[in-house]
Amino acid sequence: MHQISLSSETDFEGWRDAARRLAGQGVPPSDIHWSGSAAGGDDLFAAASAPEPATPSGSAPREVKVPKAFIDMAKRVICHRDPARFAWLYQLLWDLQRNCAALTDPLNDAARWVKAADKQIRRDVHKMHAFVRFRKVGEREGREVFMSWFEPDNRIVGLTAPFFMRRFTGMDWTILTPDACASWDGKKLTFAAGADRSQMPAEDAIEDQWRTYYASIFNPARLKVDAMLSEMPAKYWKNLPEAELIPDLIRKSSQRTGALLSAPSTDANIRTSRMSNFFAEEEAIEINSLDDARRAASKCDRCPIHECASQTIFGEGPPDARLMIIGEQPGDQEDIAGKPFVGPAGQLFDKAMTEANVERRKAYVTNAVKHFKFAPRGKRRMHQKPNAGEIDTCRFWLDLERKFVAPDIIVTMGATALRGVFGKAVALKDMRGALTQLDNGTRLIATIHPSYLLRLPDRQRAAEEYDRFVDDLARARSLLWSDAA
Amino acid sequence: MGKRTLIDRLAILADAAKYDASCASSGSAKRNSLSTNGIGSTEGMGICHAYAPDGRCISLLKILMTNFCIYDCKYCINRVSSNVERARFSVDEIVKLTLDFYKRNYIEGLFLSSGIIRSSNYTMEQMVEVARKLRVEHNFGGYIHLKSIPEADPALIEQAGLHADRLSINIELPREASLKSYAPEKSGAVIRSAMANVRHGIESRQPDRKERGKARPPRFIPGGQSTQMIVGADQSSDKDIMTTSASLYSGYKLRRVYYSAFSPIQDSSGDLPLIKPPLMREHRLYQADWLMRFYGFEKDEIFEARGDGMLDLDLDPKLAWALERRERFPVNVNRASREELLRVPGFGTKSVNRILAARRHTNLRLDHIARIVRSLKICRDFIETVDWHPSRALDLVTLRDRFVPQPQQLQLL
Repeated sequence: MHQISLSSETDFEGWRDAARRLAGQGVPPSDIHWSGSAAGGDDLFAAASAPEPATPSGSAPREVKVPKAFIDMAKRVICHRDPARFAWLYQLLWDLQRNCAALTDPLNDAARWVKAADKQIRRDVHKMHAFVRFRKVGEREGREVFMSWFEPDNRIVGLTAPFFMRRFTGMDWTILTPDACASWDGKKLTFAAGADRSQMPAEDAIEDQWRTYYASIFNPARLKVDAMLSEMPAKYWKNLPEAELIPDLIRKSSQRTGALLSAPSTDANIRTSRMSNFFAEEEAIEINSLDDARRAASKCDRCPIHECASQTIFGEGPPDARLMIIGEQPGDQEDIAGKPFVGPAGQLFDKAMTEANVERRKAYVTNAVKHFKFAPRGKRRMHQKPNAGEIDTCRFWLDLERKFVAPDIIVTMGATALRGVFGKAVALKDMRGALTQLDNGTRLIATIHPSYLLRLPDRQRAAEEYDRFVDDLARARSLLWSDAA
Repeated sequence: MGKRTLIDRLAILADAAKYDASCASSGSAKRNSLSTNGIGSTEGMGICHAYAPDGRCISLLKILMTNFCIYDCKYCINRVSSNVERARFSVDEIVKLTLDFYKRNYIEGLFLSSGIIRSSNYTMEQMVEVARKLRVEHNFGGYIHLKSIPEADPALIEQAGLHADRLSINIELPREASLKSYAPEKSGAVIRSAMANVRHGIESRQPDRKERGKARPPRFIPGGQSTQMIVGADQSSDKDIMTTSASLYSGYKLRRVYYSAFSPIQDSSGDLPLIKPPLMREHRLYQADWLMRFYGFEKDEIFEARGDGMLDLDLDPKLAWALERRERFPVNVNRASREELLRVPGFGTKSVNRILAARRHTNLRLDHIARIVRSLKICRDFIETVDWHPSRALDLVTLRDRFVPQPQQLQLL
């Protein structure tokens, strides 16, 4: 039997040195007795002394390797109060030498014990982060000085102090616990032996404000005492200034809720009528210009699509543009940015425009439908084709845009845009390549929508279609130039 | 009327803030005070510093700047027509209160909301000023959540986003029609376009992957945006609520949609029902929300067998779904995909991860599952292991009865 006495209850380095040596020599877990302090040698069956056993000659000690996660976990678990922690850690170390995946094996007993202990430690640490309450003691060299008394389940002061240092860097503080104390003075974190409650200052004026806040934020109509107790067990209450209010809040909650439920409704406050002038009905906008149309359209609720979309995406470009380009409807990105053609299809459109040598900023770019229609799929919004009724309803705005901009040439991209112009279903393939004269003299070039290019799986085909698309745009440009000449 | 003391006003303005469900302080950027020599840190995981007897955590100092308000939203304690006591904090008072509480480790930070006074822009400016003072003048590194005002100028939202960890804009009610009748001054379109602005603010500051390493743009609400819906004040069904949630999650990349059971308020409006808060309904909505976000469910699946659009109050929505779709069970825990395992009632995401890890070591038996999941009671009838098959249980008409709460015999008095 090997008797190992560590220098303190949380002596991780000592445990690691001993465990490395013993595991290297192949000493099985059952042959070791661990104790956390020098006074641990009261096992009558232990060997009288455990001098450093010499490595049996001829067999070099095995190299002991563990996953990094094990070391992190062991550093925490060593702070557990259970005396068996050293042995369980060694058992896990032992198992890891035989099965390097033991740590992730949910069926390994040592891994389960160590993980459970680790979970308790982490919870204990978390609760200490949460439930330490500082009281102000005074000021020292321009820095505020705070003090706290806390009683954690395990020996975790060393694990929690760095958190308080990172958080309360700008003030001096001391946390007293029965096992150890930690202090921060703005430069250095120091540890000292345990203390007792009497060293804690009595009151802090701010505690009254805190108790007021605690009582006021509580909603008596939602009383759920068990939910509170599972997260803030009564063992913590003695060091929480707000906890003294809890019994009273619970006792009076049903009476308070009853009073709310039975209270008669009262007359509206006098301020109400004064405010009603503030929100006078807006007058309907009379539409005499493109800007009027834009403003009126921002409130459009002519069809149900507006209920989910963020905003109306009206056309963009000079109000006297000679070229008007009409797409289908805004997509996810357009809906967010508030501008037409900025998403993936918009970027492809920009690229094609550049290749066709048409300046986008000189064209008026718009959509046949002004709101984004979509169906949510998980974290994305999937574009949905607007139906004929929606396109026809939205023609109202497209017609206004055509009227005020009065372009010489219109390029429609996709079938929806064609319907938006003609008000009835028109097959794109019948129109493609032709130059159509509209009633008012405007000429129309029909081409595909750039999003069609994005959906083509065949690269070769997509490249060909892209070239045709650029040709269509270039044709619009040459028409404009020949007109100008 | 003399000026009330700070404590009196704190009581009024905290009371008015308690109907906001969110108290999250997690998921923001990691930072601490070592370099600034100030106060405050956020380290990823939020900390709940206390729990009120309503079981809700107290993580943030959740207060209103003022409970004066020019709006008349029927469900709200601060509506203009209510006769509750009114109070107001100054910017400096809020800053001091936040720091005093923070230094004593009572809170993780501030959740500031406000009634609307004078104008949306004026109110929002004051709130931004609180955040700015905390961050810039006091080197405050704790968490700041600002309830932004949808009608405020987008430029103010921009500024707010540079100081705050999270912005939220409450959608309040799931349907446009409800909003019209209960909150006449609000508009769903304005709220949605404000959310769109916030998403745009976040995305336009995300550094391009190719440009990593160059100077990064300033952080913009690293804790994301969230919203809240009131449950039970209007006639909307659970399906209406989840439809709105699905569209908000997908559209504005919200971190969370909070559901707040409508709770009786002081000086309640006569137009609204006086009810106890529908806590179980709220709980089921959160479960359905989780199914959509972490378990791969679509909204329509959750409601496919719920004719009235309401979730089953007796059963959790995944179990209710599984009982309707028994042909998909039993699921073989040794062979099924993650997606299939996630659909087993009683399996959480962690259990599924553990099962996937464990089955690399061995063929799983029922007692292995018992050690991994919290309880076998619910999952047992839906899984198959090496040594277990639910046999005819899945065909039983009465299977549902195993899971619903048992009726209690009344006692003679």
